[in-house]
Amino acid sequence: MSYIETSSGKWEIIIGLEVHAQVISESKLFSSASTKFGTAPNENVAYLDAAIPGSLPVINSFCIDQAIKTGLGLNGTINLTSFFDRKNYFYADLPQGYQITQFYHPLVSGGYVEIETDYGEVKKVNLDHIHIEQDAGKSIHDQSPIRSFIDLNRSGIGLMEIVTKPDMRSAVEVAIFLRKLRSILRYLKTCDGNMDEGSMRADLNVSVHRPGTDYGTRAEVKNVNSIKFLTIAVNFEVERQIGILESGKKVKQETRLFDNSTGRTIAMRSKEDAQDYRYFPEPDLPPLRLEQSRIDAIRESIPELPDAKSKRLQRDYNIPYYDACLIASEKEVADFYEKALCDVEPDENLAKILSSWMTGELFALLNRYNKTIVESKISPEHMKELMILIKTEVISGKIAKDILELMWETQESPLAIVEGRDWRQITSEDEIRKYVREVLVNHNDKVVEYKNGKDKLFGFFVGQVMKITQGKANPQILNEILKRLLDT
Amino acid sequence: MHGLSLYKIKKGLLKKDFTSIELTEYFLKRIEKYSHLNAFITVCSDLALQSAKQSDKKIAEGTAGELEGIPIALKDLFLTKGIRTTAGSKMLEGFIPPYESTVSEKLLEAGAVFLGKTNMDEFAMGSANITSYYGSVINPWSKDKKLVPGGSSGGSAAAVAGGLCAAATGSDTGGSVRQPASFSGIVGLKPTYGRCSRYGMVAFASSLDQAGPMTKTVRDAAIFLKVIAGYDEKDSTSSRESVPNFEAFMEKPVKGLRVGIPKEYRINGMSEEVMRFWEKGAKLLKDAGAEIIDVSLPYTKYALPTYYIIAPAEASSNLSRYDGVRYGLRVNGVSLNEMYENTRAEGFGDEVKRRILVGTYVLSAGYYDAHYVKALKVQKLIRQDFVQAFEKVDVLLTPTTPTSAFAFGEEPSDPITMYLNDVFTVTVNIAGLPGISVPIGLDSQERPIGLQLIAPHFREELLIQAGSALEEAADFPILKEIAS
Repeated sequence: MSYIETSSGKWEIIIGLEVHAQVISESKLFSSASTKFGTAPNENVAYLDAAIPGSLPVINSFCIDQAIKTGLGLNGTINLTSFFDRKNYFYADLPQGYQITQFYHPLVSGGYVEIETDYGEVKKVNLDHIHIEQDAGKSIHDQSPIRSFIDLNRSGIGLMEIVTKPDMRSAVEVAIFLRKLRSILRYLKTCDGNMDEGSMRADLNVSVHRPGTDYGTRAEVKNVNSIKFLTIAVNFEVERQIGILESGKKVKQETRLFDNSTGRTIAMRSKEDAQDYRYFPEPDLPPLRLEQSRIDAIRESIPELPDAKSKRLQRDYNIPYYDACLIASEKEVADFYEKALCDVEPDENLAKILSSWMTGELFALLNRYNKTIVESKISPEHMKELMILIKTEVISGKIAKDILELMWETQESPLAIVEGRDWRQITSEDEIRKYVREVLVNHNDKVVEYKNGKDKLFGFFVGQVMKITQGKANPQILNEILKRLLDT
Repeated sequence: MHGLSLYKIKKGLLKKDFTSIELTEYFLKRIEKYSHLNAFITVCSDLALQSAKQSDKKIAEGTAGELEGIPIALKDLFLTKGIRTTAGSKMLEGFIPPYESTVSEKLLEAGAVFLGKTNMDEFAMGSANITSYYGSVINPWSKDKKLVPGGSSGGSAAAVAGGLCAAATGSDTGGSVRQPASFSGIVGLKPTYGRCSRYGMVAFASSLDQAGPMTKTVRDAAIFLKVIAGYDEKDSTSSRESVPNFEAFMEKPVKGLRVGIPKEYRINGMSEEVMRFWEKGAKLLKDAGAEIIDVSLPYTKYALPTYYIIAPAEASSNLSRYDGVRYGLRVNGVSLNEMYENTRAEGFGDEVKRRILVGTYVLSAGYYDAHYVKALKVQKLIRQDFVQAFEKVDVLLTPTTPTSAFAFGEEPSDPITMYLNDVFTVTVNIAGLPGISVPIGLDSQERPIGLQLIAPHFREELLIQAGSALEEAADFPILKEIAS
C-alpha cells in the first residue's frame, strides 16, 4: 500500500475524480450549433445555446452514441432507459439558468479503468457512473475593469462526466489514471483529451486519514486543467489537510478552487453555503430509451483498446511489457509499429529491435521536434529498413543513430544514406585484423603497458581502430580479434 | 361581417364575396374602434395588409392555403420573427424574436393574415387577464359592469368574442384557453399534450403547456387545429400521432356516444346557474341520442394542489433565463447578483414572483420529496382516474368554470380562491388530455357560460363530434353590441 509518513506517523490518501470529457461531435448536445474550437466569440450559438425564449433541446443522437461507446470502452453498463434533469443555478455564462444533465438516472452505471501503479501493482479504478450534460459558456473578466464579457461558443457542448469511486491513493496514481483514461478515450475517438483546450477537465475529491480508521472529511477541488496541476493540487491538499489534522483541528467539507499561478487551493464555499441546485426532471425531453441492438452495434465498432493491444503485442512479438504499454498507449504509435512490421517474416528479434528503437530513439526525436507520431518525418517503411540493416549487421548501432538523424533531416531511405556515405559496417575478420595489427604496431609502447596490467588501455585500442575505420568496424568482431591478438 | 365564423369567411373569400384586403381593413378598424378592450398588445397593420394582398393574389391564382387571407390574432407568447413578443411582461421589453414559432409558422404557411399579438396574463400566469404589464383586458360581454375576459389567453378571447379577428391562438397550461373561452362565450380547444409543437412558445410549464385554437365555432376549432397540429422535430415532446381531418367529425351524430358525468365535479362554490347549464348540456346531448353515464374521478380534488406544485416548479426554472444578460429588460447593479435582483424585481409582476417563489420552494432540498415527487405520484393517480373512466365512456362533460365571468373589483382577493377558477380545467392538463369549452348559454346576468368536454389522448375528433352537437342544440347567441 502507498502511505505517506510524517513525523506524526502514517497517513492514507483517498482520491476520487470527476472528469469532464468533451464529446467529439460536429454539433452540440442539444442544438445544431458547431463545436469548432477557436472561432470568434459567440459565433457558434444556436437559439437554445443563448436560451432565446421558446427554444427547445433536441438530443444529438451522435453524442449519445459517443457516450455509449465510452461507457462500453470503460467496461460500464449502459442503461436502456436514462433521464435528463435540470440543475438550476444563476450565472452569467449559463443562459438557461440551468444545465441539462443526468442527475437521478445516468446513461452509464459502473465501469472501471485498469492501471499499473508506480509500485508495480495492477489495480482497477472503479467508476461510479458516466452521465451526459451540457457545458456552460465562458465568462471573460479581464477585458474591462467594470464589465464582464460572455462567450457562448462552449454553451451547450456535450460533456461526459466520468465519476470514479474514491479508488486512488496518490497524486501519481491520479496522473496514471488520467493518462490511461485519456488514452482509451482517444482510441475510442469520443474525446480528444486536450486538457489545454479545456476538452478534458477534472474536479478532485481528496481526503486523508490514519490507516485502519474511517475515511477523512473530503475537500472538493475544482477547475484543475492539466495532469501536472492535478498532481500539484493533490499534493497541496494532502499537505494542507495533514497540517490541519496534526494541529488537532478538523478538515472542513468544502469546495476549493485551484489557482494555477500559485499552485494552491483556495476555499470557495463550505458545505453550509453549498448551492441548492433544485434538480428535477427535464420536462422538455422525454426519457432516453435505447434499443439493445443499437448498443450491440456500437460495441461491434469499438477498436482494440490499449490493454488488449498491449497484451497482444507482447504475445505476438514477444516484446517487453514496458515497450508494449508505451507503444499501445497511443493508437497511432501502435499503428506505426505494426505497419513497420508488416510484410516481413515473423521475426522476434526484429520486433524487439524496433520496439526498443521506437520507444528510445524515435520518441526522443519526436520530443525534440515536438511532433506527434503522425507528423514523424520518418516513415514506418524507412524505420523497418533501418531495423533490418541493424539486425543483419550491415551497420552498427552507433552509426544507426546517426542514420536516424539523417533520415529525419533528409527523408532519405537508410539504405541510400548508408550507400551514399559508405557507412556499411566492416564485418570481414581479415580486414579488421589488418587494422588491429596496424594499431598495435603503431602503439607498441601502449601494448607493453597493457601487458604489464593496464587493462584500461583496451578501450584505447578499440578507439584507434574505430578512428581508422570511421566507426564502421563491427564492435563484436573487433573486440574478439583485439583480445586474441593482445593475449598472445 | 364580424359575426362571421372562420369557416364562413373562408367560403366568402373563395367565392370572392370580399377580398382579404377588405377583411383585414375591416378588422383593423374594429381593433381601433374597440381599443378600450385592450385585447391587443401589438397590432401589425402594415404587415397584415401586405400579407392580405399576397393572399388575394393566391386566391385569384387558385393556390390558396387552408387559411388563405383569413385575419387572425396570436397570443403574445408565440414568437413571431421580427414582431415584438412580450408574454405580457415588462421583462421582455424590446425583445424582437429572431425566429418564428412552429405554430405561427404553420399558420403563415396556410396563408393566415396576422393582425397582431394579443394581450395575456404575464407569462400566462393568471385566470382573469389582470396580471399583464400591458394592462387588463375587458370582456366584450361587459354591460354596466366591466367583466374580466378570463385568462391567461384573455386578449385572444376578447378579440374573438368582440369580432376583432376571425380566430386566435391561445395557450393552455391549466385552463388558459378553455377558461377565457367560457368567460367570453367562444370555443376554446386545448389539444392533447404533444399534439402541437411548443417550439417558439414562451414557456410557462413545459410539461403542461399546449397551444390551442380560440374560435367562434366548433367547426372553426376543427379547421384551425388541423393546421397547427402535428409532429415537429424541433420539439422532442411533440407526438408522431397522425392528424385526422377533425372537421369531418362535425357531421358525425352523437347517437350511442357515451358521455360521462363525473360526480366529483359538483363542488362547493359552484354557482347554481353553472350547475343548471351542466344539467342542460347533458340533457341536450341525451336528446341528440347520446348515452349519459355517471362516472367517478376520485382524485379530482388533488388536481389543483398538484397543478400548483408542478406548474410553478417548472416555471421557476423556465423563467431563470430572464436575467438581464442577453435580451429584454436589464436593470444594472454593482455586481452580477445585484443586476439579477434589480432586473427580476422590476421585470416580473407579483403573480409571476409568487409562482417563482412557490416553484423554487417546492424544488428545494428537503422539500422536493414531500412536494414535487409527491405531486408527480398524484399526477399518475389522476391519469389513472381518467384511463379508468374512459373504459366506460367516450367523453366526459363538465362545467368549464365554477362561475361565469366576474367583474373587475369583484375578483377573489386571495390567490387561492382565484386559483379555484381552474379547478375543472387543470385536471385535463395534469392528465395531458384534450379538452374543449363550448358556450352553452347566458346566465341571468347575461354572462356567458361554457361546458367542457374531455376526451382520451389524441381523440380530439370526439371533442369536435360531441362539441358540435352541443353547440347546435345550445344555439348560443351572437354578441350584438360591445359596450364602450
